[in-house]
Amino acid sequence: MAEERTPHGPVHVEGEVVATKRVGAYRHLTLTAPGVPERFRAGSFVALSVAGHVARRALWVHRVRASSAFGPTLDVVLEVRGSGTAWLAAQPVGAKVAITGPLGRPFALPKDAVSCLLVGEAYAAAPLFPLAERLRERGCAVSLVVSAPDEHHLLSALEARRSARSVTVLTADGSVGQRGGVPDHVDDLVRRSDADVVYAAGPVEVLRSAAAAAERAGAWSQVAVEVPTPCGTGLCHGCALPVVGEDGVDRVVRACTEGPVVRGDRVRWDTL
Amino acid sequence: MSTSLRMLPGPVMVAAGCGGTGRELLPFAGPTGLEGLDLVTRSITLDPRSGGTGPRVEEVSGGLVNAVGLPNPGLEHFLATELPWLVRAGARVFVSVAGATMGEYADLARRLSRAPGVAGLEVNVGAPDEAGAGLFEVREPYHAASVIAAVRREFPSDRPVLAKLRPDVSRVLEGARACHEAGATAVVVGNAVPAAFRDGRAGGLSGPAVSPVALRCVAEVHHALPALPVIGCGGVHDLASARSFLDAGAVGVQVGTALLHDPTTVARLRADLLPAAPPPPEETP
Repeated sequence: MAEERTPHGPVHVEGEVVATKRVGAYRHLTLTAPGVPERFRAGSFVALSVAGHVARRALWVHRVRASSAFGPTLDVVLEVRGSGTAWLAAQPVGAKVAITGPLGRPFALPKDAVSCLLVGEAYAAAPLFPLAERLRERGCAVSLVVSAPDEHHLLSALEARRSARSVTVLTADGSVGQRGGVPDHVDDLVRRSDADVVYAAGPVEVLRSAAAAAERAGAWSQVAVEVPTPCGTGLCHGCALPVVGEDGVDRVVRACTEGPVVRGDRVRWDTL
Repeated sequence: MSTSLRMLPGPVMVAAGCGGTGRELLPFAGPTGLEGLDLVTRSITLDPRSGGTGPRVEEVSGGLVNAVGLPNPGLEHFLATELPWLVRAGARVFVSVAGATMGEYADLARRLSRAPGVAGLEVNVGAPDEAGAGLFEVREPYHAASVIAAVRREFPSDRPVLAKLRPDVSRVLEGARACHEAGATAVVVGNAVPAAFRDGRAGGLSGPAVSPVALRCVAEVHHALPALPVIGCGGVHDLASARSFLDAGAVGVQVGTALLHDPTTVARLRADLLPAAPPPPEETP
């Protein structure tokens, strides 16, 4: 298989911030990380080191460029939540950052050109953008839904209009797009897009409602689960994700290694 | 020097619970992979354990508080899948064992003694929250000694049994002496320091914050029991921190939490501390 010849497995490298910009509530960092963009597949993530902190910061990859003035780069989206993310967000162009990636199990892509509904909320919608591009390359009809509490926390879907057949914007306060959250609209969206596969990324209630709507419509679902991952590499067993295995047996797996992307019908949502 | 002493691990080991199943270390292990790597597995129990589902790790200044709950597939599955993979990858495998009773420790030791490729055992006798983890409680040195004796009886004397102790400076010397007399080949000083999460749940603190505590314990044990090999464990993350343990009398160090921050730590330390090209062993006619 051709894919076998492309480099795979994560690397731990020193990267450099080559661009940084504030977009709404978030900070977008463009980074070089030798070997990481080449290995990236939509849904995998990167872990960054933060000065003075032991745990890593796991970040979704929003975009990968195979070539730029700086060589291959990747874009990550940061929401400042504590001193670690604040430090990362403050890194200027030229700053060196230790990066490990790509980590985790990415989105599985359909073999055939099927209809796909992509549902993402807030910064966690980031991995859906590279996914949309891959799906379009395979001839899939992509419907993209981006949601957020308000306009400030919405990832811009402008660029995704190239890869998506339709783009729907939802905000809880109705500041832009339709008013409401993913659980309010997802059944309707699944029906209208005639989705064979639903991909979701965001907080638990978004994933859960998307997985349930897919199930009701007889579609497959793939969800990118976000639980705190202290190391990101699978070494510490710190990111517990309760699932039901293929054999029907309850298990607790590592979100960073067996996930972050898992089948929506496999997650034990009540335990999460 | 007894045979089991000569089989002691090299100066750098992967600490229990910080190497995943071993596979996750491979991408970061350098050009030689896991070949010759002294790796302590996460603690293996007789029966499978899924561990807790709540937050298992919390970051604090200078370290991590964890209560992972010993997730492991149980001895059966470990012997059938994880151990053969590690052996095939060339790792020197030290299996960390944990039990709720003395009988469980003995069972684990007996069955692991027959498994091909087990270089030695590490006995988890100083977990930071034994009651919470459902482990045999080691409150007094003789508790630790009886566990070590039970393991030693079942495990071949030519292979090392390491006792991993709690780094409690007021008790570590007694514990080390008791384990030594009960047949431990070496002691690992030490485990995570008993601590609490912000919400009050019991856990263990590890990382650079515990380094000075572990260092003091290593020095005390080495000073009082110079014949007992001590392996230092606590916040080792670079050459200087490893050297401070070696200078305090440790024969080696274990690297744990640092791997979670930088998974290449062990590869770098091995390159720094191991001789570049070990001379071929002399053939004896």
